[in-house]
Amino acid sequence: MSKKMKTLVSVLLVALFLIFLNILVALRVIDEYTTQVLTIAGINVIIALGLNLISGFTGQLSLGHAGFMAVGAYTTAALMMKLNFPIFFAVIGGALMSAMFGFLIGLPTLRLHGDYLAIVTLGFGEIIRVVMINLPDITGGPAGLKGIPTYTTNFFWRPVLSFALVYLALALVVLFLSNLLKSSHGKAIISIREDEIAANAMGINVFYNKIFAFTISAFIGGLGGALYAPFFGYLSPNMFNFQKSVEFLIIVVLGGMGNLTGTVLAGIGLTYLQEFLRFLKDYRLVIYPMILIIVMIYQPSGIMGLFKNKEFSITGLVERLSGKGPSREESSDQAGDVQ
Amino acid sequence: MDYLQQFCQQTLNGMSLGSIYALLALGYTMVYGIVKLINFAHGDILMVGAFVSYFFLRRWGITPVTLMLSFLPAMLFCLTLGVLIEKICYKPLRDQPRINTLITAIGVSFFLENGARVIPGIGPNPRVFPTLSAVNYTLFGVNISQVQILVFIVAIILMVLLNYIVSFTKIGKAMRAVSFDKGAAYLMGINVDRVISFTFVLGSSLAAAAGILFASSYPQIEPYMGTMPGMKAFIAAVLGGIGSIPGAVLGGFILGVAETLAKGFLSSQLSDAIAFGLLIIILVVKPSGLLGKPMGEKV
Repeated sequence: MSKKMKTLVSVLLVALFLIFLNILVALRVIDEYTTQVLTIAGINVIIALGLNLISGFTGQLSLGHAGFMAVGAYTTAALMMKLNFPIFFAVIGGALMSAMFGFLIGLPTLRLHGDYLAIVTLGFGEIIRVVMINLPDITGGPAGLKGIPTYTTNFFWRPVLSFALVYLALALVVLFLSNLLKSSHGKAIISIREDEIAANAMGINVFYNKIFAFTISAFIGGLGGALYAPFFGYLSPNMFNFQKSVEFLIIVVLGGMGNLTGTVLAGIGLTYLQEFLRFLKDYRLVIYPMILIIVMIYQPSGIMGLFKNKEFSITGLVERLSGKGPSREESSDQAGDVQ
Repeated sequence: MDYLQQFCQQTLNGMSLGSIYALLALGYTMVYGIVKLINFAHGDILMVGAFVSYFFLRRWGITPVTLMLSFLPAMLFCLTLGVLIEKICYKPLRDQPRINTLITAIGVSFFLENGARVIPGIGPNPRVFPTLSAVNYTLFGVNISQVQILVFIVAIILMVLLNYIVSFTKIGKAMRAVSFDKGAAYLMGINVDRVISFTFVLGSSLAAAAGILFASSYPQIEPYMGTMPGMKAFIAAVLGGIGSIPGAVLGGFILGVAETLAKGFLSSQLSDAIAFGLLIIILVVKPSGLLGKPMGEKV
């Protein structure tokens, strides 16, 4: 199969899968509750993918992604409520604003190494939250922001629309990231994680590539927040605390740092588990950090480490089904990324 | 009260808070100096110490003697906990990339907080820490409370003791050697594992003491009480130069005073943001801190 054919087949299959899911939702084969859980899972996965780009692929631990989510969510809400932006442009605006924050925060902080960066991003996450509490005109202050316009209900049953939009965005993010990581930019980013000094010696502009990855990561984090605002219709600064940032980190770590497939699986799995474990009440708060510790000690490459860290590839699957056997290049592309 | 007097009063309050930060920052800086790990769970050890003391005081009543005695079980419990955490969670990861250990430390921190939250005897609701009846002394128009005097005395005793251990004992010498070069220290016959455990013993018992002092100054305890002081103490350690023991003390005092002054004269809500802003400025301008040595990256 030629490269163009492969891309075409992948896009078609993803589109078909999404349409199929949406039909299931629209016919209420998947009930409203499950749809909502799946939508939240989609949003979590989007933000975790953004975090994986900077922490898993670039090797720079960020502990403030809830802050970017907050920026995206509040910007979208403000654009819709104060300036009457249509929802589509408001979402894009929220993500862009978050990218700008990422760029501005990245400029001074990405010069720092590993642990320090983690603390500074944590600090920025907290600062963003404190500032939001103190800007009651835009954010509604500590009481939260009510009455954000939700996804329009004129044509569709509302859960269907939010589900469709979130999963469309998720598919686009996955497509973008997997292509980015195969490009020369992506190789440069991964080389920084493997050995910063060696990468520098090979002529890779380490600082520029870190800023690049961080800005995109912030954009995707903001996009997740932007999709969240009209889905939920209510925002409060305390939703976006350190605990939230760590939730995304748990998704990335469990799925496998530096593996997109793992993040998608772990994100949907963990969000579902969270709903499933509601009967345990506070005890689930103890289970989560235990997952984090146990994975780190016994299986640091996450669940996808069990599958040699391969990425799921649609074209590889198609070829295997059509009997041609997996093309080595496609399916083992990421196999060299085991830390 | 005129302006100068208010300034002096706030500085004194800040010194009291700062000495608590300093005790906690010492633990961060020692552990970082030896295993290059930001021990996120350190702030939560403070919470555990405060709760052990709380249960002790509830059993035996609050008098100056029992308050002093309660340091003993709290510090013992916390040093055991600190060593257990090190053995179970950090030791297996010593050869892994540092990002993995850091994530584990975050996991431990959340485990302690949420664990305390689900233990029936503790629960999520804040409790009032028993305090001695307040006695204030006035000196040149500046008030100093009994609790503040206690904080200063305990903090100074512990710091002098720590300085003695690190500078003049055999194990202290071993600690300095391991912090300087772990591999070489190992080749010289130093039991590195024992030194690391001992570092956690020192750090955790100081955190427990800081916990009791913190709970006596702000008499409300709950499972998440350690997060903020923990982060502030880390900022203090970075400010003074992480890995440097006098630096941690200096950083603690500076941060305590800066925070109290910011609360008193600017805005109480923004004081946390100011502390984090301070951290970012130091890291950008002088990452090695006030008293730290600049270190080049080795290949």
